[in-house]
Amino acid sequence: MDLTFTPQQTAFRDELRGWLADNPPDPEPSDGGDDAQFAWRRDWQRRLYDAGWAAPSWPAEYGGRGATPTESAIYFEEIGRARVPFSANTLGLLLGGPTLMVWGTPEQKERYLPPILSAEEIWCQGFSEPDAGSDLASLKTRAVRDPAHPDGWVVTGQKVWTSGAQYSKWCMLVARTDAEAAKHKGLTYFLMDMEQDGVQVRPLRQITGEAEFNELFIEEARIPDANVVGGVGNGWTVALTTLMNERAGLGFALQIRLRQLLDDVISRAAERGLLEDPLYADALAELHVRCESLRLMAWKGLTDAERYGQPGPEGSLVKWLWSDTNQRLTELAVDIIGPDALTAGTSWSYEFLRARGNTIEGGTTEVLKNIVAERVLGLPRLKVAA
Amino acid sequence: MDFGFTDDQREIQRTARDLLAERAAPERVREHAEAASMDGELWRELSELGWPGIALPEDHGGQGLGRIELSILCEELGRALAPVPFLPSVLAATLIEHAGSPEQRDRWLPGLASGETKGALGTALDGSAELVIGAGDADVIVLVEDDGARVLSPEQAEVTPVASIDPTRSSARVSGAEDAGEPLAGDVSAGVDRALVAVSSELVGVCDRALEMTVAYVKERKQFGVPVGSFQAVSHRCAQMLLETEKARSTAANAAWAADADPGALAEAAAMAKAAASDAGRAVTASAIQAHGGIGFTWEADVHWLFKRAHMDAALLGGPKHHRARLAAILADRAGAHAVG
Repeated sequence: MDLTFTPQQTAFRDELRGWLADNPPDPEPSDGGDDAQFAWRRDWQRRLYDAGWAAPSWPAEYGGRGATPTESAIYFEEIGRARVPFSANTLGLLLGGPTLMVWGTPEQKERYLPPILSAEEIWCQGFSEPDAGSDLASLKTRAVRDPAHPDGWVVTGQKVWTSGAQYSKWCMLVARTDAEAAKHKGLTYFLMDMEQDGVQVRPLRQITGEAEFNELFIEEARIPDANVVGGVGNGWTVALTTLMNERAGLGFALQIRLRQLLDDVISRAAERGLLEDPLYADALAELHVRCESLRLMAWKGLTDAERYGQPGPEGSLVKWLWSDTNQRLTELAVDIIGPDALTAGTSWSYEFLRARGNTIEGGTTEVLKNIVAERVLGLPRLKVAA
Repeated sequence: MDFGFTDDQREIQRTARDLLAERAAPERVREHAEAASMDGELWRELSELGWPGIALPEDHGGQGLGRIELSILCEELGRALAPVPFLPSVLAATLIEHAGSPEQRDRWLPGLASGETKGALGTALDGSAELVIGAGDADVIVLVEDDGARVLSPEQAEVTPVASIDPTRSSARVSGAEDAGEPLAGDVSAGVDRALVAVSSELVGVCDRALEMTVAYVKERKQFGVPVGSFQAVSHRCAQMLLETEKARSTAANAAWAADADPGALAEAAAMAKAAASDAGRAVTASAIQAHGGIGFTWEADVHWLFKRAHMDAALLGGPKHHRARLAAILADRAGAHAVG
């Protein structure tokens, strides 16, 4: 056991930290809405790209640095610590690229990977549907052979929770290609061109008032065979690759942001003398313990995976603990910060409201508990309708 | 960053688990618990293997290994609920090692390392301490009071055996010790923080065992024609037990590592570990009783021993609220709250 970084890891961290200090992003645009915000994040990714920092964990042959999982975690910790924005093409960098590296043909890798890295082509994820959330494999969007073009597909259906869709060139789309096959077997993973008439994007306004996500209405959109990833009928397996990559690195950035938010709340509590109040002191100390266990569990999961080749139970536990802790923290912040935290448009009210999504997105807490119970503890599966 | 054990550490863990599975099987633990007697034979065997002195310096008869190795043994002994005075002895030895004078160390540590001397550690108020684990059988007692500590032999104070809720280990009231024995004039907090790590590690073992027994039970027990573990009300409870156990495990591991490798971070790490492990111990063993249903409330099921051990350990050297108060003081210092006074 050694809970310090090796000299190489420290050098990696220091190089990145130095670069981030010397190359801060432009100030966040104060007006111009979502478009200006997105342009700002795209510009930031281009600068990371130019300096070789867009996706350090990608292999060198695809433009990365071949960073180890530990270095990749350090990367996201530093990104979080520096309070810089997430890259515009985060879904392409974290999900799309790594999925193509596993399942893509040489032509697909050559065609799609470079513009992901440079933010020339933005990616979005078309998995969830209005009637297929936690039960993803029940999705209904269907792709049928194009009668006009035998080497193509026609897709019709609806997707939801698609972040960045209005800026995206490509959508990682899972659709049903065989209505007769068993639920998980009739699916195919496509790369769908978003720039066509058959795809309509409608913003989905969330409880914070903004629209981080979208609905996708797909009406006879066309996809060529060349854009099938991993083979027809293999979509569920390919989608799992994407889902396994979800949060693998981002978790470290979120964990650091939680830490920063807690430190901010503690400062405010100190200013108001609330650390002298045993009830507030106890609640803040408990959040501190949770925050630290989260950091330790995240690192333990990562290093066990590096050491033993497979992750321990930490992955699902970390996401569960992070989301629950962020909600508790922002709820306590409402008490500590006071009216500012309930005033529309403040950063505290945003954090407070946004946290409600944490226990739903990327696997609801209920589903995570099922995963822990079934796959980690080996408890019998819940009987559900096939 | 590496949370893994070395090959030697894994060997210690494996050997300890195998040995205790055989020598501290549930029936044997029950026998000693019901007779309220320690397992002298097991204690001799563990002593011959050098367990009590694992983390003590070699020049005092110990094995000179680290706090991580000690934590591994504490966790395994906690898993087994072994009816031996291992934890109280190593807690006393830890205080003497870190806060004792060279003369005090020479006098007490070799016996504590070999297991010939049994120790106990309690928290006193005005020279009296309640429910001092192991004090009934101890040859040397350390009492911590405020920021100080004293070492005494049992005849220097009044030691009255008291049955605690946990009969797998003896307890006693120690009184009239205000000026008894000698003060430990060295770094008491360094000793106490390391003691907290050992207690936290034992709690991790207790949690781990409670979860293991519960998972086995809810897979087996059927109601409404299916294993009760297939109901989410039950399986989600088990998932929560794992989360609490892993929080305790990660903070205890961090504190054990800090004790040897980063002593400057130990006070905070030990307070976090004790807070997390005490909460986990209480919640996980209570959940274990609940998930066992009616049988869990009976004397004949073994799950209650875990609940009782967890509560004794959780209270030892301060409960979770005490340690969160310590953490809050650290956080307040860090936030500069005391800059203006």
